[in-house]
Amino acid sequence: MDDHHEHAHKADISRRRFIARSALGIAGIAIAPGALLNASEAWGLEVAALKPETMKTLVLIARDIYPHDRIADRYYAIAMKEYETKSASDPALKKQVEAFVARLDKSAGAGGYLGKGWEAERVALLQKASGDPMFEKIRSGLVVSLYNQKDVWPIFGYEGESFSKGGYINRGFDDIDWL
Amino acid sequence: MAATFKQDDDSVVVIVGSGAGGGTLGNELAQKGVNVVILEAGARHEFESFINDEWASFAQLAWTDMRTTSGSWRVHKNFPNLPAWIVKSVGGSTTHWAGASLRFQEHEFRAATTYGKLKGANLMDWPITLAEMEPYYARAEEKMGVTRTNGLPGLPGNNNFKVMKAGADKLGYKECHTGNMAINSVQRDNRNSCQQTGFCFQGCKWGAKWSTLYTEIPKGEATGHLEVRPDCHVARIEHDASGKVTGVVYFDKNGKEQRQKARIVAVAGNSIESPRLLLNSESSKFRHGLANSSGQVGRNYMRHMTASVYATFEKPVHMYRGTTMAGIIRDEARHDPKRGFVGGYEMETLSLGVPFMAAFLDPGAWGRSFTSAMDDYANTAGLWIVGEDMPQESNRITLSDKKDKFGLRVADVHFDDHPNDVAMRNHAWGQGKALYEAVGAIRTLPTPPYPSTHNLGTNRMSANPRDGVVNKWGQTHDIKNLFVSDGSQFTTGGAENPTLTIVSLAIRQAEYIADQMKKNAI
Repeated sequence: MDDHHEHAHKADISRRRFIARSALGIAGIAIAPGALLNASEAWGLEVAALKPETMKTLVLIARDIYPHDRIADRYYAIAMKEYETKSASDPALKKQVEAFVARLDKSAGAGGYLGKGWEAERVALLQKASGDPMFEKIRSGLVVSLYNQKDVWPIFGYEGESFSKGGYINRGFDDIDWL
Repeated sequence: MAATFKQDDDSVVVIVGSGAGGGTLGNELAQKGVNVVILEAGARHEFESFINDEWASFAQLAWTDMRTTSGSWRVHKNFPNLPAWIVKSVGGSTTHWAGASLRFQEHEFRAATTYGKLKGANLMDWPITLAEMEPYYARAEEKMGVTRTNGLPGLPGNNNFKVMKAGADKLGYKECHTGNMAINSVQRDNRNSCQQTGFCFQGCKWGAKWSTLYTEIPKGEATGHLEVRPDCHVARIEHDASGKVTGVVYFDKNGKEQRQKARIVAVAGNSIESPRLLLNSESSKFRHGLANSSGQVGRNYMRHMTASVYATFEKPVHMYRGTTMAGIIRDEARHDPKRGFVGGYEMETLSLGVPFMAAFLDPGAWGRSFTSAMDDYANTAGLWIVGEDMPQESNRITLSDKKDKFGLRVADVHFDDHPNDVAMRNHAWGQGKALYEAVGAIRTLPTPPYPSTHNLGTNRMSANPRDGVVNKWGQTHDIKNLFVSDGSQFTTGGAENPTLTIVSLAIRQAEYIADQMKKNAI
């Protein structure tokens, strides 16, 4: 397990170097008790460092940036959880995140970002915010933290690791039948 | 038994880097009884430890030490600290490479003569010809077990290849097959055959793909004439008052400075690190870096004209199953200026898993245009285009003001496309789109170049010392016992994946070095 841990840690570092402006890795860490976000659904995310509305907004932003209608909210929540966990020990990040969401809410007007019921309206707001360094930080982190979740791969029809199954030599590497 | 040599043993050949160039040179010299120490910056990960997971494997193998970029290339915008996707590990980028093993075409060794004068292009003929290279190409193909050579069968075509082949037939392309791959299509050389696992870029866990890690290096070690020291980052090359190199200074695993004496030093750290090392070795005698009297060290950086085309279909493809580079079309590799550019390009299948597809399909993109393409992942086919890019003096590796953990200045990689590169890329995107549409693609997507895997030309070979860094043997014009043994020797890039040429040059260079040592000429 130590080895694995070291890999995960190393992976975290290189991802950060790789994805240009992302200062965030995707390691999951236990969350301090606090407001329980979306307890009515199958996933619960306890929010202590950030305002609950901020975390809720981040999850919706994540879906609006990379909308996949077959991917449930919990995967977007997992992808964004790091903002909560890191904000607990990183006041500067917490401030940046809260300020970004406040800017978005302000540009949304009454009801804020969450109050915009239509995706098209929210996407228009994100497009306006797309020059914001915090937007790019969120997007470039999300492209890893969402698509690197093994649980979402089957939704895309991607089978992942194959060595342990003997590769695809007897499992359909050349099974195309419609050409 | 692997040898161990004393650090004050000044009779050894020190090779910096253990990839296609360094690993091959090390074994070839060891086979001739020459004592060799290979210093490798990365760790030694044997192939059983490779990981079928894109990000985790990237963390295990990739060179992620700080580098900076500049220029108008999109990699600078999207991946400013990752100009190249290459490897820091014993075996170098032969752990990561796809395995495509193509000989240069005859005219590609004579690029200046064939293409004529092109504004902004620093074209030059190689000081060697295809005829001179042929015997070495043959030996490299035999060593590496290249398919469709020496009676070895081609690999079977996977789904991604079958889509490409159907499109190629529709477009009337004549030369489309499953490639000349240094991947075992049958068991040979005490290694497995390909099991169509689909993680070639993450290191072959079967050992079916040729890598110096489990071919050249253990064979060299078995002679008792080769020692490989992993986790040793070479900082600079030292020389004596006469200008001859005397050894290298390196940082070991614990960050401790060490010194290895040498009779000969061969630099094979890939086209970014090799010029960086020469430049970082500046001294009062060589104020602009070693072997740099021409001012050409670091210049003429080439990365091949690359791009990809992905296409989505009504029905599944599962392109990720099987060999990553599962087939090739060579019809566009010819030189035919009627297409609006000089030189040519290859079309080769390529697939990425979901994590890397998301990162590379259209870096920076978001919204439904992007995600709908991801939603069609299972129904997607893909190909990579790789063609000759124009050497330009201003495309270069320089020393950045940023420093690494050892306090050494890191490499800055500056790159701008030449108009010929742009014209070729547009043509290739068009052909890829036409190919997939001919077999029913619903949507085709032009994907920009990934961080470079083919890094070439920063210590180029030249007949005249004024024009380049090394002679036709990879020996630096300025210093007789200093060699360059990687792709940075390339005078021009050709259209072909470079590894076979790097290996062939290393075999040839080993003969020259051993002969010169015997004659006491160096």
